[in-house]
Amino acid sequence: MTTFTVNGEERTVDVPGDTPLLWVLRDELKLTGTKFGCGVAQCGACTVMLDGTTRRSCVTPVSTLEGANITTIEGLDTPEAEAVQAAWAKLDVPQCGWCQSGQVVSASALLYEIPNPTDEDIDNAMAGNICRCATYVRIRQGIKDAAKALET
Amino acid sequence: MMKTLTRLGLIAALAWAAPVSAETVNGLRTVDEFADIADESERSVALFNELMVVIEHPRCLNCHPVGDVPLQGDDMQPHQPPVVRGVGGMGAPGMRCSTCHGAENVTYTSGDGSIPGHVPWHLAPIEMGWVGKSATEICEQIKDPARNGNLDLAGLHEHNAEDGLVGWGWEPGVGREPAPGTQAIFGDLTQAWIDTGAVCPAT
Repeated sequence: MTTFTVNGEERTVDVPGDTPLLWVLRDELKLTGTKFGCGVAQCGACTVMLDGTTRRSCVTPVSTLEGANITTIEGLDTPEAEAVQAAWAKLDVPQCGWCQSGQVVSASALLYEIPNPTDEDIDNAMAGNICRCATYVRIRQGIKDAAKALET
Repeated sequence: MMKTLTRLGLIAALAWAAPVSAETVNGLRTVDEFADIADESERSVALFNELMVVIEHPRCLNCHPVGDVPLQGDDMQPHQPPVVRGVGGMGAPGMRCSTCHGAENVTYTSGDGSIPGHVPWHLAPIEMGWVGKSATEICEQIKDPARNGNLDLAGLHEHNAEDGLVGWGWEPGVGREPAPGTQAIFGDLTQAWIDTGAVCPAT
């Protein structure tokens, strides 16, 4: 049994210790906003917040999560996340949308640490979030627009 | 004939009884194997060259780059996804090393490979970069407190013999070749090199 907090709510799961957090979120807790992309921490689709930093849930065994604080795309309600999601909607950033929850989590984490990121900051933070529709130009613009909105 | 067989048997028995530490372990020679080098300076250089067998292994070099991008895998390719050194060698805001690398090696659910893990997980500082450097350059570098994290030789031995992230090199998880030998032998070689004057190979 492992007990941790997900989106502010304490949850206990009874699964083998090597079960990845992504499996737990989707199959046990039915939080399907976090996506499976590659399973080997190469694409970023499964990104969540774990104890305040980004984390690829596909390579995070549940045995390492006792007492952890996890936020998924469903519970991400920081000012940065709200600004990012507003910019995303305004610019029609997503196409197929598969990678977008991971993109939004990473972009929000970036803006929390660097409110006015340069192109290089964006490249460094987002390099691990692959978009198969190649919406990278709009992702970059979305982050910049969100940063601008957060200034006001 | 009988005498010869007895003699051969005795030699075989002696060889069998030889201490384990006198044997090369997983491609790394042990300290005892350098005992026949009479000249202490020559022995010291030979011991350092043996340390290089570990230092130059991908498990060590991959996180001692001379630039800002780590390498990965036994074939030492640039890290994928593309990551940067960042503050303290911990990666960039929004994508730190810990975004993917946890407290332990994690085998992929496919069973085909694993993502390495240890706490902490980070790049060696750039002044400790090794890739592309000669044994002489690396030797001088690791003895220099300005480029080795302000360690004296005793501290250097402790780092090689006991540091957990160094030790990860011998327990790298599925899909990666461990560093040669063991961390204990690496520590013993380091101590023997220090005890013989910590001499660096000539250029």
